[in-house]
Amino acid sequence: MALNDMHAEGVAGIVDRVVAHYRRDSNNMLQILREVQEACDWIPPEAIDRLQAVLGVPRTKIEGVAGFYSFLYTQPRGKYRILFSDNVTDNMQGNRALMERLCSSLWVEPGKVSEDGLLSIDKTSCTGMCDQGPAMLVNNRAITRLTAARIDEIAELVRNKVPLGEWPADFFQVEDNIRKADIMLDSRLQPGDALRAAHARVPSDGLMSSNMRSWREGLPSGIGGPAAMLDEIKRANLRGRGGAGFITGLKWEACRNAPLKAGQQRFVVCNADEGEPGTFKDRVLLTSYADLVFEGMTAAAYAIGARRGFLYLRGEYRYLLEPLMAVLERRRKEKILGTDILGIPGADFDIEIHLGAGAYICGEESALIESLEGKRGTPRNRPPFPVTNGYLDQPTIVNNVETFAAAALIALNGGEWYASVGTRHSAGTKILSVSGDCERPGLYEYPFGVSIRQVLADCGAQDVQAVQVSGPSGICLSPAEFERTIGFEDIPTAGAFTIFNNSRDMFEVARNYVHFFQHESCGFCTPCRVGTSLLKNLMDKLHNGCGSPYDFAEIEKLNQLLQSMSHCGLGHTACNPVLDTIAKFRPAYERRLAQKDFVPAFDLDQALAAARQMTGRDDPGAHIIKEEFGEDA
Amino acid sequence: MSQTFILDGKTISFADGQTIMQAATQAGVFIPHLCYHPDFKPHGSCKLCTVKVNGRQTASCTMRAIAGMVVESDTPEINAERLALTQMLFVEGNHFCPSCEQSGNCQLQATAYHLGMMSPHFDHFFPNRAVDASHPDVLLDFNRCILCSLCVRASRDVDGKNVFALSGRGIKTHLIVNAKSGQLADTNFTLDDKAAHVCPVGVILKKRRGFAVPIGERTYDKQPISATAKAVAEER
Repeated sequence: MALNDMHAEGVAGIVDRVVAHYRRDSNNMLQILREVQEACDWIPPEAIDRLQAVLGVPRTKIEGVAGFYSFLYTQPRGKYRILFSDNVTDNMQGNRALMERLCSSLWVEPGKVSEDGLLSIDKTSCTGMCDQGPAMLVNNRAITRLTAARIDEIAELVRNKVPLGEWPADFFQVEDNIRKADIMLDSRLQPGDALRAAHARVPSDGLMSSNMRSWREGLPSGIGGPAAMLDEIKRANLRGRGGAGFITGLKWEACRNAPLKAGQQRFVVCNADEGEPGTFKDRVLLTSYADLVFEGMTAAAYAIGARRGFLYLRGEYRYLLEPLMAVLERRRKEKILGTDILGIPGADFDIEIHLGAGAYICGEESALIESLEGKRGTPRNRPPFPVTNGYLDQPTIVNNVETFAAAALIALNGGEWYASVGTRHSAGTKILSVSGDCERPGLYEYPFGVSIRQVLADCGAQDVQAVQVSGPSGICLSPAEFERTIGFEDIPTAGAFTIFNNSRDMFEVARNYVHFFQHESCGFCTPCRVGTSLLKNLMDKLHNGCGSPYDFAEIEKLNQLLQSMSHCGLGHTACNPVLDTIAKFRPAYERRLAQKDFVPAFDLDQALAAARQMTGRDDPGAHIIKEEFGEDA
Repeated sequence: MSQTFILDGKTISFADGQTIMQAATQAGVFIPHLCYHPDFKPHGSCKLCTVKVNGRQTASCTMRAIAGMVVESDTPEINAERLALTQMLFVEGNHFCPSCEQSGNCQLQATAYHLGMMSPHFDHFFPNRAVDASHPDVLLDFNRCILCSLCVRASRDVDGKNVFALSGRGIKTHLIVNAKSGQLADTNFTLDDKAAHVCPVGVILKKRRGFAVPIGERTYDKQPISATAKAVAEER
């Protein structure tokens, strides 16, 4: 009892410290829970007791949030929480065998906590290290380039309970792997230059932006400058780099013109929840070009009249938090962030970093905003859109990391300069995250309009069977399509470019992606919540050799339903990898349709596995011979 | 009410700010739904009320009516998709109508009849969900939960208690109650709560009332669920 009280007191102390740091604001619930877990290794019930008391929010709200995010644990998960990245590229690099090796070495079952409570080992969605995988997260710290030798070292470190901070530094080394640089990755922007250029710019004669509003409502200095900044973005014809390709200038203008009620303000949000499997360019931009991103956010704030901004960083990139905070702090000292930016009185803008906690859906902008507000990351009903009703129901722009970096370049060099790069409808450059079967995986920046074939040649890809562009929610291309080009006219992309050679089984690629969507469905709407699970079960059934033409037809029907009835893009696109691979790699499926007639997915012999394990038997008498299945006489 | 739109060829009047669902119900036109309830802010999660507006599919409970819009609802194509969604809800939980106290009063069951559902079609998930019988007056049978969140909204917005919430994610999404023990008995929930009376299925059940109304004489035994919209229209 005394020990329990001490434990509860200790936990309460941690909670109080974290809550105070977050100004006792329950909108920071996700950040609070995340930090409590960092201190306690999980979120114990005592922590929820204390949160309920000090924040005055119902327990249901706290548990609802904690239960939503994959990286938050309301059950103990051990001192070492190991998660193997399970993207298809990790599979290709042999992560499954490595995971088995670690599990057997440490005597722990996948997904479970070890008997002594020391560790747990499980899988997680792509951690954005596809160019240097297989990868894992240990207590949300990324470890790259796993090999059998490295796995054995990790097993030893865990067994000896060596604190994570004392593990070899090269485990945590993350490379940029920039293979081809263009205007963005080659830019040598000096912090503040883009802001000074934006501020110096005066509206041109043919002012495109409709209303005149300074950085801060009613601020006399700099009138016209923000409108001129917005004009340059429009002139640049910049479109969102997160995949959807919405015209950035229109988004910013709509936010700028959105009416504010008393006490409201505008917000700039940078979407760094880079969750699309196969994408990792935002990780590099935030590692080596953070000033470019923050400068773009500040220029956006200048254009729309915002004083607060957020960077929503995916939990997998937790290791970037401290370096990014240091960049923000340096920028404040240099007077290019914070109050009176560039010495202009009233020109105030600051950026907070919020971390995600393992939820792909938070890359959807309205789910991201819910998450920023400390809630479950469920996409909102739209309209209204974030530009009028965003963060805390106030006008908000949400843009991708690369979009803001491009905005900084535009602020510095002007819209015409930017629009001169790329194609007519796709201005500027696009950074591709190239991974899979090629000699030189990494980042490739091209002006829009580059052909698939060119990218494949540059990265040293041979014997290519398929390229998945833009991740699972994107498009799967067969060699007949390699003359197609990257751009909004043809293949829009958020940047993932995953290559499969002829040795790969495209059915298994699609099955990996279907598992991904099933795991990441938020569960809000019926079609996606249930449909992705049904789809996963059917793909597994085919994988297990129980597939028949009936199941194939069912898969196609489910795909249609997901596309037409789902609440958000996750459900709409969850069927893309299956539809594409069925259309282009049909033999990979037909091989799986081993049964002529319907066969149930339920496997009687498999159902006895638990009994066999318990009794230690594996003789023929402990098996049901299944030759009668599907074998017509 | 001078503005109108077209729903399945019929002219429907609506007031500013009304959703397609509200306007249709007032006009006596039934659009199948489970998570929608006229007393609460629409949620838009069950997707049964999906309609086609100018060729694009959208939830009619959240979509505001716009003058002149053309809405399709009662078409074979949309009803087939609604049927599939209903079947999904049946296989996701454990729904055994013959032994359920809510049979005949259940909106899920009545909707299934309305859509002509003859079988669950999909493989059952058979989830393992515990029953909470801790409360003296109310039984919670989570096996039947369809995650409509009506009890969540009622408890939060009307009762001011936040007794219910959704936790988990994806297929693991589930209803929780506001107690450290996870038991309804340890919350301040009472039978007087609005949340005690909004469950469209058989999760929140009053104890000691089993089969007070015989099967065959219950709400949807007497008239199909589609008649509810007509009743609303006649009341006006």
